[in-house]
Amino acid sequence: MDKKTWEEKHVAPTIKRFPERKSEFETSSGIPLERLHTPTEIDETYQEKLGFPGQYPFTRGVQPTMYRGKFWTMRQYAGFSTAKESNERYKFLLSQGQTGLSVAFDLPTQIGYDSDDPMSLGEVGKVGVSIPTLDDMAVLLDGIPLDKVSISMTINAPASVLLAMVIAVGKRQGVAPHQLRGTIQNDILKEYIARGTYIYPPRPSMRLITDVFDYCAREVPRWNTISISGYHIREAGSTAAQEVAFTLANGIAYVQAALDAGLDIDVFAKQLSFFFNAHNNFLEEVAKFRAARRLWAKIMKERFGAKDPKSWRLRFHTQTAGSTLTAQQPENNVIRVAVQAMAAVMGGTQSLHTNGRDEAIALPTQEAAQIALRTQQIIAHESGIADTIDPLAGSYVVEHLTDEIEKMAQQYIQNIDDMGGALTAIEQGYVQGEIHEAAYQYQRALENNAEIVVGVNQFTVAEETPIDRMKLDPAIEAAQCERLKALRERRDNAKVAELRGQIATAAQTDENLMPLFIEALENDATLGEICHTLRDVWGEYRPTL
Amino acid sequence: MKTPRILIAKPGLDGHDRGAKVIARALRDAGMEVIYTGLRQTPEMIVNAALQEDVDAIGLSILSGAHPVILPRIMTLLQENEMEDVPVFLGGIVPDDDIPGMLDLGVAAVFGPGTKLETITDFILDCVQKAQDPAAS
Repeated sequence: MDKKTWEEKHVAPTIKRFPERKSEFETSSGIPLERLHTPTEIDETYQEKLGFPGQYPFTRGVQPTMYRGKFWTMRQYAGFSTAKESNERYKFLLSQGQTGLSVAFDLPTQIGYDSDDPMSLGEVGKVGVSIPTLDDMAVLLDGIPLDKVSISMTINAPASVLLAMVIAVGKRQGVAPHQLRGTIQNDILKEYIARGTYIYPPRPSMRLITDVFDYCAREVPRWNTISISGYHIREAGSTAAQEVAFTLANGIAYVQAALDAGLDIDVFAKQLSFFFNAHNNFLEEVAKFRAARRLWAKIMKERFGAKDPKSWRLRFHTQTAGSTLTAQQPENNVIRVAVQAMAAVMGGTQSLHTNGRDEAIALPTQEAAQIALRTQQIIAHESGIADTIDPLAGSYVVEHLTDEIEKMAQQYIQNIDDMGGALTAIEQGYVQGEIHEAAYQYQRALENNAEIVVGVNQFTVAEETPIDRMKLDPAIEAAQCERLKALRERRDNAKVAELRGQIATAAQTDENLMPLFIEALENDATLGEICHTLRDVWGEYRPTL
Repeated sequence: MKTPRILIAKPGLDGHDRGAKVIARALRDAGMEVIYTGLRQTPEMIVNAALQEDVDAIGLSILSGAHPVILPRIMTLLQENEMEDVPVFLGGIVPDDDIPGMLDLGVAAVFGPGTKLETITDFILDCVQKAQDPAAS
C-alpha cells in the first residue's frame, strides 16, 4: 500500500466519522505537520516492519488518525475509603477534564473478603475503596452516567462479580448492558506472577475469565473483558523486554483458554486490551510499546489465524511507573511522571494514568492528583507531540530498540512455549525467578552507584521538606462492618442461601456463572459470600515459594 | 557467632513482595539464614513461624497502610510468647509521622524506601550479635 491509498481508503472514511481536532496542524514557525511522516520511498521493509497507522502490523498505532482525531483517554486511577468519598473524588476529577474513570479497590475487595472478614483486619478502605455489596457499588457510581463515562476497574480474581455489580447498577440507572463501556483487569496470571491478589487455583480462575469473555461477547459487547497487564510485572522489577514478553505470553494463554472453551477468536479478541508501564528510559519505553504492538499483531494473525484486523490490534492503557517515584524530594516526581507520560504518548497509548508526586508515601492528595492530570493536559495541548502520528518512527535508535525488544520478547515467548505455556512457566516459578533476578541486579546497581536515582543515591539533601499526605479515617472499617451487619439483617437470608447453593452447583459444571452472580447481588448477597462459596468448591491457590 | 536466622514476613493482604524478596536475598548473600513466609500472613501465623523456626529477628514488609492495626497485634503476640527480645524491623510504606508510634510499640527500626541494603544487613547483624553476646555491647 502507498501513502495515497492509505489516505484515501482508510484515513478519509475515519475523518468523515470522527473529524480531526484541527483542519491543519503546524509548528510555531508555520511548518505544516503532516498526519504521518514517512520515508520518501515506501519499500517492502517499511511495509513489513512499520506499515501505516491502523494497518497491520500496527507498529505506528492502532488507529488511522491517532491523536489528531482525539487525545488518549485521561484516566486517573483513584479510590479510597468508602464509596461515598471515592464518588466525590471521581466527580472532582471529571469536573477537571478527566475523560474516563478508573476504580482502585481496597485489598479485601480485591481478594473477595467482606469488610468484616477476619482477613480484612486493618486493610478496609486503605489502598482503594471498599465495595463488598451492590449497594456500595451503587453509591460509588451515583450520578455518573454509565452510558457516557467508561469505567475501568482494577479487579482480578473477583472481576466477574464486580462486573456483575456494574451491570446491575446500570440496570438501576436505566442503562442496558450493551451500552456499558469499560474495562475489568481480570488478569489472574500476572497476579500469580507479581501482584498477589489471587484467590482460586489456575484452572477455575481461567474458567471464570472465559465465562466473562463468553458472556460479554453476547451481552456487554463494548466492555474490555480483560486488561492483560505488564504493569505489575515491571513494577516487580522486570526489564522492558521481559515486560513485553511475559505480558504477551500471558495473552497467548488467555487466547488459548478461550479457544479451548470453544469461543470464536474473531468474536472475543476485539474485547481484549492490555496495560503497560511507562518507565524512565524514554527511548526504550517508546520502542517497547511499538514492539509490543507489532509482536501481538503477528501472534494473533500468524499463530492463531485470526481473520478480523480488529483481532490483531493491541490496544493498551498505560500508567507511569510507581516504583520510580522517590520518597526523597518528592517534588521531583512531577518531572519523572512527565517524562514517562511523554513516552506513553509517543508510544501510542489509548489511555493514560499519571501518578501523583506523593505516591511513594501514600495515596495521592487531591492537589497531587490534579497536578498529575494537568501533566497529561499539558502534554496534550501544549507540547505538540500529539499533532503527528508516531513521531519517533524512523529514528535509527528507536527503530533499532523496537527490533531488539521484539526479538528478546520472542525468545522469551519461545522459552515459555517450550516449557508448555505461561501457566506451566508460572507454576515452575520461571517467570517469577527471571523478574526477581532483574530486580535484585537493579538493586545492586543502585547500591554501587552504577544506577543513579536523583535525590536517593546522589544529589541528596540533608533535610527533607515534609509534604502533606493523604490521611484516611481509621473509623471506616468499623462503619463498613456495621453496614454489612444491617444488610444481613434486612435481606431475605433464605433466598441468599438458595442462590449461594445454585452458584456452588453451577461452579461444578460449565454453566456460565455471570447470570447467577447478578441475581445473587441483586438479592443482597455480598462479594465475600459469593467468593467464599466458590472457595468452598474450588479451593484456594497456594504459591510454591 | 552462630549463623543468624531471620524471618521475613508479609502481613495482611498486601501483594507487593519485591522489597521483601530483595531483602531476603540480600540477607542470604550476607551469610544469614532466611525464612520467607510468602503473602497474606496473619499476626498469629507470623509469630507462630518465628517461634517454630527459632529466629533471631523478624522483618515485616507492609505497603498497604495496614501497619497501625497489624503491628500492635504482632507485638502483643510476641510478648505473650515471651519473644519480646526478638528484634522486629519494618519496611515498606510507613509515613514519617507513623514511625514514632511504631518505635513506641517496640519495633527496633523502620526502613523506608531508598534505604541501602547494607544499612539493613548491618543493623540486623548488630542486633543479633548483641542478643547472642550481650557482653560485647
